[in-house]
Amino acid sequence: MKQDIILAGVGGQGILSIAYVIDHAALADGLFFKQAEVHGMAQRGGAVQSHMRLSDGTIWSDLIPKGGADMVLSVEPLEALRYLDYLRPDGIVVTSSTPFRNIPDYPEVDKVLEAIRKAPRSVIVDSENLAKEAGTVKAQNIVLLGAASSFLILKEASLVGTIEALFRGRGTPVLEANLKAFALGQKAALGS
Amino acid sequence: MPRQILLGDEAVALGAVHAGLSAAYSYPGTPASEVLEYLVRQAGETKAFTAVWSVNEKTAYEEALGASFAGKRSLVSFKHVGLNVAADPFMNSAITGANGGFLVVSADDPGMHSSQNEQDSRYYVQFAQIPGYEPSDHQEAYDMAREAFDVSERFGLPVLMRLVTRLSHSRSAVETRDARAPNELKKGAGQDWILLPVNARRRFGRLLDLQAEMTRFSEESRFNLLQLNDKDRSFGVIASGIAYNYFREAVAADSAPPSFLKVSTYPLPERLIRELVGHVGTILVLEDGYPFIERQLKGLFGIAGKTVLGKMSGPLPASGELTPDIVRRALGREPLASLPASGLPLAGRPPQLCAGCPHADSFKALNKALEGVTGSNVFSDIGCYTLGALPPYNAIHSCVCMGASISMARGASDVGLYPAVSVIGDSTFAHSGLTPLLSAAKANTDMTVIILDNATTAMTGGQPTYGSGPGLLRLVEGLGVAKEHIRTIEPLPKHHDKNVQIIKDEIAHRGLSVVVAVRECVQEQRKKRS
Repeated sequence: MKQDIILAGVGGQGILSIAYVIDHAALADGLFFKQAEVHGMAQRGGAVQSHMRLSDGTIWSDLIPKGGADMVLSVEPLEALRYLDYLRPDGIVVTSSTPFRNIPDYPEVDKVLEAIRKAPRSVIVDSENLAKEAGTVKAQNIVLLGAASSFLILKEASLVGTIEALFRGRGTPVLEANLKAFALGQKAALGS
Repeated sequence: MPRQILLGDEAVALGAVHAGLSAAYSYPGTPASEVLEYLVRQAGETKAFTAVWSVNEKTAYEEALGASFAGKRSLVSFKHVGLNVAADPFMNSAITGANGGFLVVSADDPGMHSSQNEQDSRYYVQFAQIPGYEPSDHQEAYDMAREAFDVSERFGLPVLMRLVTRLSHSRSAVETRDARAPNELKKGAGQDWILLPVNARRRFGRLLDLQAEMTRFSEESRFNLLQLNDKDRSFGVIASGIAYNYFREAVAADSAPPSFLKVSTYPLPERLIRELVGHVGTILVLEDGYPFIERQLKGLFGIAGKTVLGKMSGPLPASGELTPDIVRRALGREPLASLPASGLPLAGRPPQLCAGCPHADSFKALNKALEGVTGSNVFSDIGCYTLGALPPYNAIHSCVCMGASISMARGASDVGLYPAVSVIGDSTFAHSGLTPLLSAAKANTDMTVIILDNATTAMTGGQPTYGSGPGLLRLVEGLGVAKEHIRTIEPLPKHHDKNVQIIKDEIAHRGLSVVVAVRECVQEQRKKRS
């Protein structure tokens, strides 16, 4: 049993929080994992990605080879497209439809979404509105994690337990918003 | 012991703590910053050791060496180019030797994710002729850090651990063991640390005499692994550090993988290399960074009857970071089937200054002040503000090494360039800007130094800074800059016109002037609010 995931987004969108939750859930589930992430210069509003590998056996490389990823999980649609060639032919794209426009030449978002839909399996969720509905627009990353959760080899209880541990210290409203964001993302993915 | 989730950097740090660490020093730099970040957090909780952000890497190295001389176990960490800054004490500490265990952690950045070059710290290991480690995963990073202190005390030498970005910034679970107690303080000293020629010659002789024993240490290390395939004597692999993972990934499905030698310690384990080379006809060397092993293997004349492949003679690129795909191809394996790329032209998304960043306002003011001036004349430095090189600012014209903006502007001014402008951040100024400004002040060089004081070391995540606020202004004055030409601006849009005028006035002054742009980093402000 193994699962290789490319996490993608823009620096500051909370990719590393998604990775944190998956890491800790994997540890709780007794899985091996390796997770390569980006620090430093690129984090300043640039494209960031994290290679997340889960397995019940030895994981060698910290990086996923092209064609090796089971999932691209992206908080931003253009960033999802950047890594399509990492997906195996029947891999899945789980992405937000909300563009992050901090560059002058951002393509037409409809064309981006159309290209994502060409992947054999894709789940596109409106993370911005779902996060607002959950109580904070900052929780878009957790909406996406919720959307991906049904396709992950991790136990839902381990994911939810880690989200609780991560946000408990930031007050009840923040915790509840993130738990709701997870649930809304999950529901949206199943309905799509 | 339970499994802990750690970055590669943190695994090294925790290994050091469990080896009985007493003191750790560093200057921030990607990808090494998280070593000391972790130690600062731990030290804050346990008070069991000292962990300090030093003013620069040379200072950090000397502080750690002093702790080692006092008999305690100490660590210094920095990015690869930080070792250039610390190269003077580093090279000489191989002659003095260490007393308490002394671990030097140097994190390389193949592919230059956040660096000016991709120099390979293994050359420094060879240059200083000390033992070195190169972990391939997190568990090794932890285990090697622990062992390195014992090896350092066994040889009486500093030991260098080479990391690369991919391990430094990858997370995995690590099994830890019980901590060893710190060393007792050892007072007193012999002649070994006084590098007068008479002592230095004796000590260098000792270092040379130790080389054979160091090679044996490397040959016997449990971290190196030789596995010979008796059925296939045509082809074998030497893989070091993280490249070993890519090799194992590519051959994971083989019932009988090719012969291989995993190299994790330096000096090179010669006997193991001879065994592998004796066993196969063609050797592929896989290493992230420079062709360090490959070059030594081939020498000038090659190995008769053998073919050595790698970065010098294909099939691996000579520059950039290795990836599982590159290594797979080099091993002659077909790429995995994958989805095609989208075909849409994907706009790049380079890093950029944050919304509301004070540097943005400083660059807008500087650009306006220099309107109409042609030629390359804004010497800059290393930090977030290096992003001022990118559109829409296009405001700076050099970034070489820490502190170089001031010294280079002086050199350019000396030969007639006007205006000569230097742009440097507060932390970089404290790191390496003081001495060149002292020198320029003595000469009253015709140049304008703009210090961007955002009260933090921002690019690497907000570590403390030594040269900020009123203290910075006193420093500048103390270095000999005329008080009337030390000007302060607040880089905000509402002050734009005033700031442009101040910069213009100081450029017009035909002597040394310093303009300090004071406004806190927006990321740090945000952290304080949350």
